Formats: sequence, structure tokens, C-alpha cells
Amino acid sequence: MHLLQGRTQRPSMKEIALHLLDLAENSVSAGSQTVQICVCEDQQANLLTASVVDDGPGMSPEMVQAVTDPFVTSRTTRKVGLGLPLLKGAAEACQGGLTIASAPGAGTRVEVFFQHSHVDRMPLGNLSSTFLGLAVAHPDVHWIFKYTARNTGAEETFEYDDQPIKETLEGLPITHPQVLACVRGIFEDGIGAAKAVLP
Amino acid sequence: MPTIKSLEDLQKIREEALKKREIKSTPGSIQIIVGMGTPGIAAGARDTLKEILGMIEEKNLANITVRQTGNIGMDSWEPIVQVVLGEAAPVTYGKVTPFAMRKIMEQHVLGGNVVNDYVVPA
Repeated sequence: MHLLQGRTQRPSMKEIALHLLDLAENSVSAGSQTVQICVCEDQQANLLTASVVDDGPGMSPEMVQAVTDPFVTSRTTRKVGLGLPLLKGAAEACQGGLTIASAPGAGTRVEVFFQHSHVDRMPLGNLSSTFLGLAVAHPDVHWIFKYTARNTGAEETFEYDDQPIKETLEGLPITHPQVLACVRGIFEDGIGAAKAVLP
Repeated sequence: MPTIKSLEDLQKIREEALKKREIKSTPGSIQIIVGMGTPGIAAGARDTLKEILGMIEEKNLANITVRQTGNIGMDSWEPIVQVVLGEAAPVTYGKVTPFAMRKIMEQHVLGGNVVNDYVVPA
């Protein structure tokens, strides 16, 4: 008997960073080779925007429609997950929205935005942990991460492209303890420094 | 962009690892696989993965391969983690919180003893 056996918990994704992880996992399982995640916290425009862009096989208009509708999503399209309709609902509840631009053969771009100051807006959450998890779990994917913080008169961007890092490592895995510490530092310090322009 | 300094650091780490013969063409003898489908993420798989990575750093474990797998259809057991030690049969753990993961790392991955409390019943 399992110690914690009991009722299934309701799935909960209460961080934007977790939704981005989920979206990026969708991109990878669809067969994308390059995935770019951009997050922008704009205090001046009172907006929080995030996007996941991939070069995967893309989706037909019918499928785009289906993945954002929780009632249409069937077991066969389950691979795409229930995360998208949840995220769309959360954004719309915060004067925001979610759009998907995709076509067969042309990749997929998912964009979500929230009113930054909205009381119901879920927190951005641990972006470094999401980035590190993706980089470790999918070493063969080309990852580009970007985080921008904007405030009146100040803007700071952290940008990470894993291409030069992989070239430097030449086959040494990212899970090597010292490499892991170094890459974690790049994310935490970079995002932390950019966040400093926000109040 | 990663700074030149961090690339230099990585270069140094690589040279050190070469000296210690830590670079192998074959995957590490220890594999840890984390379920990162939507149900896994919703149940906390990212923090479980973070715990694994934290322990690799903390205990300086150079021979562990970490992989992920998508939704494996055991939603009520998420987060799910599989541990494969060398040639031994994979052991599947369920409801692996960071706390449980730490125990699995200490007792199974490092100690070689399966942590029965968290094994998913066959």
C-alpha cells in the first residue's frame, strides 16, 4: 500500500511559468527543433505578456480551435493537454487573452497576455526553474529564452541562447554537477538582474 | 546572452571533466526519468525535477542521466519518476514530492535500496 494513496488531486497550475513549461513540452512532443520562450513584464503598459514559438509541424485551423476548447479536446488530442484552455480562461479573467498562430508546416506561436496589476492574475512564478528543467530534460532541442522587465525609463532584458553553450560543452552533459550550477546561475542571476528594474 | 565569463567557466569545467575522464560517449549508468506531461506538471513534476538537479549539484553526482517522458496515463500517481540503475529493471515511483525525491535519491540512487513506500504497485 502506498503511503500517500488517496484521492486524485485536481490539477493546478498556479504559475505562468508552469504553463510555459507545459506549452514548451507540447512543442517538443510535436517534434520542434527550436523553441523560443519570451516573457515581458511591462509595468509602464501594465501588461504581462508571454509567448512560446516553435518550428514544429504546426496545426490546422480546426485543431487550433480544438486545443483551446476544453469540451472539444478528446482523448486523441490529449497530447496537447488541458493546459491551454485553462491558461486562456485565466488570461481572459484578467483583461487579457490568448492567441494561437499556426499552420501546417509553419510552426506554432502561442501568445498570452494579462493585465499586470489585476488582482486575480496568477504569479509569474519560478521562470529559472522552468528554463533549467527544459534545458535539462530536452538537451537536443535548441532553446532560446528571453525575459524583459520594463518600467518608466528603464528596461532590462535577459537573453539565453543555448547554442554557444552547447558548442563550448562539446558533449559534456548539462547534468554534469558544475555545468548545472553554472547554467542555473546564468538563469537566476540574469532574470534577477532584469527584475531589478521593476518596483 | 550568456556572458563571455560564463562561457569561460564552462570551458574550464569541461577541461577539468576531461582530465577526470568524466566525458563518456555512453549514457550514464544511472537514469532518472521524470513524467513531464500536463498532469505531471500540474502535480508538481517541475519541483521534483528541481530537487533531483539540486542533489546532483549538492552531492556532485557526475554519472546521472536525467530524462523526461510525456503523459504515461497514470494521472493519479503523478508526479511519476522512474529510476534505472545499470542493468536492473526500472523502478516506477508515484506521487513523488520533492521530499520523497530526496529519500529516493539518498536511499535508491545513492544507496541501491528501493524505497518501497513510494513504488507504484504493479
